[in-house]
Amino acid sequence: MTTYLATPDPATATHAAPPPLAEPSGWHEIRLTVNGAPVTAQVESRLLLSDFLRDRLRLTGTHVGCEHGVCGACTVLVDGEPARSCLTLAVQCTGAELRTVEGLAPGDAPLTPVQRAFHECHGMQCGFCTPGFVMTATALTEQPERPDAADVADALSGHLCRCTGYRNIRRAVCQALDERFAGGPAGRGE
Amino acid sequence: MKPTPFDYSAPGSVAEVLALLADEEREAKVLAGGQSLIPMLSMRLARPGLLVDITRVPCLDRLYVDASGALHVGAAVRQSRAADDPAVHDGWPLLAAAIRRIGHPQIRHRGTVCGSLAHHDPAAELPTAALALDARFVIAGPGGTRTVGAADFFVATFQTAVAPDELLTEVVLPPRAGDGWAFEELARRHGDFATVGVAVTLRRAPDRRTVAAARAVFCGAGPVPVRLPAVEEALTGTDAGAAALDAAASAALAGLTPADDVHATAAYRREAAAHLLVRACTLAWERCS
Repeated sequence: MTTYLATPDPATATHAAPPPLAEPSGWHEIRLTVNGAPVTAQVESRLLLSDFLRDRLRLTGTHVGCEHGVCGACTVLVDGEPARSCLTLAVQCTGAELRTVEGLAPGDAPLTPVQRAFHECHGMQCGFCTPGFVMTATALTEQPERPDAADVADALSGHLCRCTGYRNIRRAVCQALDERFAGGPAGRGE
Repeated sequence: MKPTPFDYSAPGSVAEVLALLADEEREAKVLAGGQSLIPMLSMRLARPGLLVDITRVPCLDRLYVDASGALHVGAAVRQSRAADDPAVHDGWPLLAAAIRRIGHPQIRHRGTVCGSLAHHDPAAELPTAALALDARFVIAGPGGTRTVGAADFFVATFQTAVAPDELLTEVVLPPRAGDGWAFEELARRHGDFATVGVAVTLRRAPDRRTVAAARAVFCGAGPVPVRLPAVEEALTGTDAGAAALDAAASAALAGLTPADDVHATAAYRREAAAHLLVRACTLAWERCS
């Protein structure tokens, strides 16, 4: 049986030969870092980063919703900044450092403050949009200064929750920010 | 849907970019941030044979103020970098404000200033801001480099003065000289394209009581950013008071010929534009230094 998938562990994922797709146009070798591990892969030019993460690296925590940049479910961190992985080609990411939701608390590691806040505040309903929200919130907590309420609203506006669980999501983000920037000026944001 | 197959190249110099764009065998498209292009590829509205990624060209990554005080934004400069730059914040706040109305931070981290300008969606914020700020566009091509003013750059919806074998290498914004500014828009949701919007700059006369110069440019009101001289004349020489703002709003109502679409009727757009204009002029007048 032919396998089209890479090994599940990105740390050891190398792809000596491209998978035999029907239209072998424009293959490229890319080298990047995914969740701290170096990855080398052969990819077709047209492969979206979201599909590369999910189908080739088996990092299926990155969810694909609208696939044209509206919903934000596929948001990952590219060189520390949240970006739509469905609006990025894998081939563009040569040399980039990517972080996905799997990289936050790998294995048995304790949840990050953002993940814990989403859990404690019930910042999710069906959970489909959650990885994207969590990655954007993670980037907010990694800024040098506490983002103000307008910045938080702006960042969260880049995500759609079709269960409309925004209130608890915002509460979770504010809790994580409170923890990170103890005594910050913006308070709970409620 | 997924994009149709294409080749990809990430050259290291403008000369190499131009050589790739000169390919007559297949359609080549410039890729910078890809925030407009990649959805078009995925929906198969665009089917280029080659994408030329310009973000690896070192000289296109430059954002600086030159000796004359003009701001240069290179083709690979991302929107969030430009909006967060202290020089832009201080010297060209209208540009920063326009960028902050584009999509969401997740989009602005990858989208480029020049990419949005070269893509030229007439409902987009940056073309309107560029016209209001009197931007000049530096275009490299097979015959050398040429510079085009904002009034001649935007040709029609998704069409600019940049030919298929040319590359917009940078946009240059002249010094602002203390002009007051405002960017106001009506969008159905924050981050959406504007139903209609307006960029205004105002300059106070030396006596500080009257308007020495005004500029008003509307987005979402036609196939290109719409500058209305009648509005500017209605404001120039006045005290920017209620009567002047009324006259300017009337001139906008009379001068704008937007289209009907599923989001708004032309009449609604005109009415909203007039209101936004009054609000923008009030803000811009307060912001004059």
